[in-house]
Parts: sequence; structure tokens; C-alpha cells
Amino acid sequence: MAELTSRGSARVAVLKPQVYAWVQDYGVYAAVLVLLLFNVLFTPHFLDASNFRTQLVQVTPVVIVSLGMALVIGTQGIDLSVGSVMALAAALTVLYLGYGWLPAVLVAVIGGAVVGAAGGALVAYVGVQPIVATLALLVGIRGLANVLVPQLVEFRNPGLIALGSSSVAGIPVIVIIAAALTVIVLFVVRRTTFGRQVVAIGGNRSASELSGLPVKRVLLTVYVISGLLAALAGVLATARLQASDPTSLGLFIELSAITAVVVGGTPLTGGRIRVLSTVMGALLMQLLSATLIKHNLPQSWTQMVQAVIILAAVYATRKRGTR
Amino acid sequence: MRRTDLAEQTDEPVLEARGISKRFPGVLALDGVSLALRPGEVHALVGENGAGKSTLIKVFTGVYRPDEGRLLYKGEPASFGTPMEAQRAGISTIYQEVNLVPMMSVARNLLLGREPRGRFGVIDTAAMYEEAERVLAGYGVETDVRRPLRTLGVGAQQMVALARAVSVDARVVIMDEPTSSLEPREVETLFGVIRRLRDSGIAVMYVSHRLDELYAVCDQVTVLRDGRLAHTGPLAELDRLKLISLMLGRDLDEVRSGGMTRFSRDRSSENRQGDGTRTPVVEARGLTRKHVLDGVNVSVEPGEVVGLGGLLGAGRTETAKAIVGALPLDGGQVLVAGMPLRGGSTAAAIKAGVSLLPEDRKAEGIIPTLSVRENIALAALPSLGRAGVVSEAKIDRVVEIFMRRLRIKAASPHQLVSELSGGNQQKVLLARWLAVRPKALLLDEPTRGIDVGAKAEVQALIDELAQEGLGVLLISSDLEELVEGADRILVLREGAVVGELSGDEVTEEKIMATIAEQSDG
Repeated sequence: MAELTSRGSARVAVLKPQVYAWVQDYGVYAAVLVLLLFNVLFTPHFLDASNFRTQLVQVTPVVIVSLGMALVIGTQGIDLSVGSVMALAAALTVLYLGYGWLPAVLVAVIGGAVVGAAGGALVAYVGVQPIVATLALLVGIRGLANVLVPQLVEFRNPGLIALGSSSVAGIPVIVIIAAALTVIVLFVVRRTTFGRQVVAIGGNRSASELSGLPVKRVLLTVYVISGLLAALAGVLATARLQASDPTSLGLFIELSAITAVVVGGTPLTGGRIRVLSTVMGALLMQLLSATLIKHNLPQSWTQMVQAVIILAAVYATRKRGTR
Repeated sequence: MRRTDLAEQTDEPVLEARGISKRFPGVLALDGVSLALRPGEVHALVGENGAGKSTLIKVFTGVYRPDEGRLLYKGEPASFGTPMEAQRAGISTIYQEVNLVPMMSVARNLLLGREPRGRFGVIDTAAMYEEAERVLAGYGVETDVRRPLRTLGVGAQQMVALARAVSVDARVVIMDEPTSSLEPREVETLFGVIRRLRDSGIAVMYVSHRLDELYAVCDQVTVLRDGRLAHTGPLAELDRLKLISLMLGRDLDEVRSGGMTRFSRDRSSENRQGDGTRTPVVEARGLTRKHVLDGVNVSVEPGEVVGLGGLLGAGRTETAKAIVGALPLDGGQVLVAGMPLRGGSTAAAIKAGVSLLPEDRKAEGIIPTLSVRENIALAALPSLGRAGVVSEAKIDRVVEIFMRRLRIKAASPHQLVSELSGGNQQKVLLARWLAVRPKALLLDEPTRGIDVGAKAEVQALIDELAQEGLGVLLISSDLEELVEGADRILVLREGAVVGELSGDEVTEEKIMATIAEQSDG
């Protein structure tokens, strides 16, 4: 009897880590698949191209921002400033639109990189905690963006409008850009020295230092990339809106991005970056809210379901970590 | 007067451990340790790394509960749930880092919770300052008690902590390396205070690695080794050499019949002659850092294994860290193959060809979230690719070579390094360094905490690497390993080199004798 129970529990103990590992590795994909299937069966017009396209376009900024967020979280950091960087990019874009849309976009992206560099320098060289450093930027940069462009400004620059609304082979340019960025970040993480160093620093900073890695420079670069991507997201969102709106653009997007990263199974404790799963995490959240809205459930329901998913994702990640 | 009361009244221990055992996952930190602390004695607690000192202290102060055994306080069975409970009962602990409130005034810190109150329960600040000044004067601290505590020197802060501990009616005061950051003058003051505590019937437990201090202030001594009680008794009956041999676990009378280690001593005859004609591959000159290193000179020639001997806290690890630029220095210089090295940069040291295998494998060595393969390739990454893009094929090749050469046992190169045994993790770290083709390796306790088989393999590897011309600096608390592995041994004490042994002098007895010499002599 006693022997039987102990053997039974031993089998459970052997099985459990595998289950957790599976949930952590493929849970997001499975969840997205289940939701898609549900919608195909029960949501009218779900497979319509226009609906599909709208969903993708809406989720693009979160996807782009969460790519940078995944890198930062991989180093055990966090970047709260991304929403404000989007706003700054919107302001800079419209301010410099007189020089043509490409130079304006360039200025906006450089602006984002500079903000990222400021946060990164505080974290890497001054030793400020990432949450504090980027919180300061979250507040300050939003203010700066509002000073530059105090109210909503519409524009009629054909180039910028085209960037936001045109399609190639039926796929919106915005979505293509997001997909390309995903591929680039994936390549950086998996195949470059820099990517390996990012993960190593997140996994064990003092070991990385003793191994001669340029820890500070890598940390700085990670925040620069995050700022750069956030600015790009800001530019694309502005192009789509056909208006610059620094007051409300990107509000709370840092939370959506962190959610995407966490739901994708990247642990907040660093040392691991899951790029594709992060994108899946963003898609899952988008799909979830779209589904519930289509079935006439209020937004508050979406939020509560999202909370459950976040907790479930964190739980699965934690189990893997303690093994 | 209080002393006569207490001392004559009873010789009963005020705090007693009986057969205390404490287990952590994978380690038996304390194994049936018994120890009695009597009123009016200063009791030294000594032991090397992993001996169980801090675990025992934490049992005494309510941080840990023992798995087995009993704790008696004032003759009654005691079980402190929290450090706070132990403190209220009268057991005060003074840590190296003072645990007071740095931003509050000295006086507030001293009298926290017992401030003199005036009418309406308002703190009577004037009375508080007066009281604080009076108390501190008794400890030789003269300062403006209105200043925030953090503006005081470490020594003075420690006095405040001590004064506070005593004034809350402590019966037992435990001091964990209280002098590690004190000036000699402050140490004298501290000793004065300790003697006064003793004379007033308080039991003091004193943890330190500095032998001079132990003999200056302690009456009793307890030696722990590998979680067991190695000795307990009056300190006066133990000479330094005997004390050191108890700490290091080497029996002086032990007849040594050849080595248990895997070092072959053949090469020593040909390499031993330090004729000084060859350029040292690493040379450290006058490494100095306040309270840690005091003008340390070390040089390692190609093909030579230089051992660093000394007790815990003697500055061995710090010397190695300073050489690779991982420890900020106040002075000194490091030369690699004759070329001065830029200080404070581990990357520069590695580039020049000097790497450190750190003592703490978990905290400073492995990247637990990465695979065996990624861990091995980590330091060599820039050379294993082109234009910042890694070459998987090159990594595979290097990883395969070293996994085979070091016989790393893993399910596959893609297994998480954190899932390997300690010995295999250590081999992964050695592989990480060998992959950058160093000129010299600094090995800090390379065989600690790994199984016997892996230990022998690592020792054989050190031999082999030296024969191939690598310079090795070997730090080990295992005297046998040090003696059999090293061609030459530098003995450190309190941050300074106090002896160099070479040739026939490289024996365990000689090392212990060198450590034991009076440092003031």
C-alpha cells in the first residue's frame, strides 16, 4: 500500500516537469490555435480578409514594442518608457514633416534611440534600477512630447499616409514591417554574438563580467534597441491614424508589451528570450479581446480573462525555473 | 560587582547547543554539534569555508531551526522562531554590516524604542542626546550624536550597534567578523569593550579568521570543520599551529605515505628552478586595497603552478580577482607577459590571456539558463564567428573538442548546465576558459564541492595544462592538493604575502607553520 502510493507520486513527479515544459514551450501557440478554431466555428465573418487584416494592423504596435521589451526583460530589466517614446516619435514626425516624410521618420527614430540610450546609460553606467530609470522617462518624455505638439495635429503628407494605409499583395505594409522586424530580432537573438551576450547577462551578470563580456555596453544597446523599436511603432501608428496625437498615443502600451512577453513564456528573471512566442503572446491577447467583443461581452470581461492568462503564464514559467 | 554576582553564582552555560544538526538540500551543514557558552567568557568560533559557522550562528539567533538537537538558553529549552525573538530574549548579534538605520541620528539609533519621553509622550530630544552622549563616551566614541549614523566611520557605527545591543540587556553577544573593516586603533577600542562585556558577565561569541585577535581577546575556542565539532576548549591550551591544523583538518602526526591526489610530481624537478630568467606570464606588483590586500606580489612563469596558501579571509580570492581586474584596487600593477594591463577590466585581462575560474561556481561561474554548449562558448564567442554573427559550426567544433577532452558528462551539448553535477559544471567552466586559449589560468578552489572522480580528473588536467606551458595560479583550502599540485607556494595572511615556499619546503607542515607565525614579529 505504502509502496504503491509512493510509486504513484513518483510517476506524477516525473510527469509534471514535462507537462510544465510543454506548456511553457508551446502553451501560447496552443492557446492561439484554440481561439482561432473557436472563432472559425462560432464567429460569423471571422475568416473575412478585412476582419483579419484589421486585427493584424491593430496589434502591430504592441508586437513591435514587445520585441524590444523581450530583449530588455531578457537582461532582467524592464522598459516602461516605450509608450512615451511612441508619443515623442509622433510629435517629432509631424514637426519635421516639412522636410519630407522620410527625414521626419528618421528624426523620430533617432529621438527614440536617444531616449533609449538615456535609460540604458542610467541602468548600465549609473546603476539605477531599470524600473526606476524608465519610469522617470515614462513621465518626462510624455511631457516633452506634449510640449512639442500640445494637441492633435492632422496631416496630409501622401507618403506618410501611404505608409500607414497601403498594402502589398493584400497585406498591409505595417504588418510586413512588423514581420520583418520580428525576423531581424529573431536573428539577432539566435545568431549573433550580441544576442548570446544579452541572454548570458540576464542569466548571470557577475559570471558574464568575469567572462569578459562587455556587460555595460550590451545593456546600453538593449535599451537603445527598445527605444528605437518603440519609436518605429509610434511612427507607424501615427501614419495609420493620419494624425499626431502625443497626448494619448501609446498610453499603457508598456503593460500590453510586458503582458505579451510574459504570456510568451519569457521569464521576468531574465536569461531567456523567446521572440516568436512573444509575438504569439501579443496575438493571443488581441485575438482574445476581439473574440469577446464579437460575442458582445464587455471590455471588462476581456481584462479579467487576460488577468487569468497572465497568471497562468507566470505560473508555468515559475515551475520551469524552480526545477 | 555584577561580575562576581554572576560568575560565582553559576558556571552553568547561558547558551548551549546539544547535538545540533541542520540539513540543506544536498548538504549536511551541521552534524551533531554541541557547544556551551558560559557567562563571562569570550568564546572564539573558528573554521574554514563550509565549516558551518554561520549556520550555527543562525541557529543561535533564530534564523534557522535545527533539524535535530536542542538549544538551551539559561538552562531552559529554547526555540526562537525569529531573530527578533532571540534578540528580545537577550541574544544580540553584531554583523559585519551594521544593521541599524543609517539615515537616523546616532542618538535615535542607540535609543530606538526606548527614547526618553517628556509630557504627552513626546520624545525629549535634549534628554535623548545627553543620554546617548553619556553611553557612547563609555565606548570611546566621541561624536555629535545628532548626526545621521551613516556619517560615522564603520568602526564608530559598530560601537553604536554594540552599545545598543548591550543596553537592551543582552546576555549573549555574537560578533561575526567585527574587525574586518576596522582600523587598528578601532580594534583596540573594540577589544576594550569586549573585555568590559566579559567582566560584567556577558557571554561573547567571537567569530574571526585573524589568529592574533583570537589570542588577544578570547578565552575559549570551538573549531568547526565540515559541519562537525573538531575541538572545543580553552584557547590557551592550544598553540597556533595546533589550532590551524584543527581548522584545516590535517593531523600533525599523520604519516603521509604518498599522495591521494592525481598530481604527478615528475615535472617539478625540471620546472622547479626559479632562476628568474624567464619572463613571468603573469606578474602582480604591490596589489593594494584597503582592509583587503596589502602590497601583494605574485608572479607565475609559463609551465609553473604557483599555489596560494592561507586561511579564509587571508586575501587569496581577492588576489586572483585583482589580477583579472574584477576587484577595484587602490594601488598596484599587473603585467601579462611583460606588458602592463589596464586595471579594472576583465575583458582586457582575458584578451591578454589571463582568466579566472571563480570560487563560487553558481554565483559567478555558470549561466544557469543556458545550455552546456552556450556556457562553454561564452567567453570565446567573439572569435567563434564573423562580423558579430556566430558560426554554429565553429561553436560545435570547439564544444565537441572540449567536451571530449574534459570528459564532460551531459545528455547532450544542449542540456541545461544547471542540470549537471557540480564536477561537470566545473569542467564546463574550465572548458570555457580553455576555449579562449589562455596563457595563464587562475583557479580558485577548482575542486571544491565536486565528487572524487571529477576531482582527480581536474587535478590531472591542471598538471597536463602546466606541462603544455600554461601558467597556473592555484588557490585551494585543501593543503594536500596545494602541496602536490604546486611547484611554489605563497602564503598569505591578512592580505599580505608572509612567506614563499619552494623546493623541499613545499609541505603541509611548513604551510601551517608559516600561517601560524606571529604577524607582529
